[in-house]
Amino acid sequence: MALALGTGAVILVVLVWELLRPTLKDAIARGRESWSERRRLSTSRSYDPGRERRAELRARALLRSCIDERDWAMYRDLGFLRVWGGLGKHERGAAATGAQATYAYLIYPHKPIVAYLPQTGALLSEYCVAFPDPSRPYGSSRLPDSDDVLAKWMALTADERRLVADANMHLPGRQVDPARVRRDLQRLTRWERERLGRADTVHA
Amino acid sequence: MKLLRMKPGHGEIVLAEGDVEVPEQERELIEAFRRELDAGMWAAVPTGTPDGRREAELVKSFAEVPRDAERVIFFPRAAGGAPRATL
Repeated sequence: MALALGTGAVILVVLVWELLRPTLKDAIARGRESWSERRRLSTSRSYDPGRERRAELRARALLRSCIDERDWAMYRDLGFLRVWGGLGKHERGAAATGAQATYAYLIYPHKPIVAYLPQTGALLSEYCVAFPDPSRPYGSSRLPDSDDVLAKWMALTADERRLVADANMHLPGRQVDPARVRRDLQRLTRWERERLGRADTVHA
Repeated sequence: MKLLRMKPGHGEIVLAEGDVEVPEQERELIEAFRRELDAGMWAAVPTGTPDGRREAELVKSFAEVPRDAERVIFFPRAAGGAPRATL
């Protein structure tokens, strides 16, 4: 009796399985398709060049409204900012202008801050620092380029020591090509000379 | 006064805006300010030096924000970028 019931139960299970198998296979296949479709759509939504461009335009406007007109022109024309060393809260007064500064920084978007000696052009170090947004709106923690520059500029001018302490310091050349920095310093010198020349012409 | 926050993929957004001399609006500004600090943001106030140069001031509480400040900008706190090279 028990054997008959057991056999009957096994047969019943096999029959039910055979009946349900096509339906289950279809459901699994549909689930997989729907998952991959959702994934494809979310990947295509995660990067929108138009949105990134609008974000960068907003960031540039904010940067422009916060820094000196001369610094803005430098960033617009050369793609980086120079900040004199000693402008931080703790050293304020030591170097209000480049004339007294013994060192300076170059701020590039999403690259380390490069410290150098303005008098000789010798590179001192790289300060690797980032401002990742953990909330990752739109899937990325990366600020627009000009927001990254502004964040570095604000942190550097407000509290140079703190930013330098938070950064990872490396010898020059770890992430930023020293040849590129030297070229940029030459471009900066040329740019300042031309700007000075234009100012002299206007005042003459 | 406007409280702005830098945001990836967007640029800055306005978190709150109000007159610090109006108690109700000041309260809203303080609440928004605290929320951002609690979320781990840094707050900076763009300022100017007496010689005309622009700079910024990092503030840790709303009381430190100058009453006449037009903007406070929040941005994610600094973190060391590439890891230190191993010796």
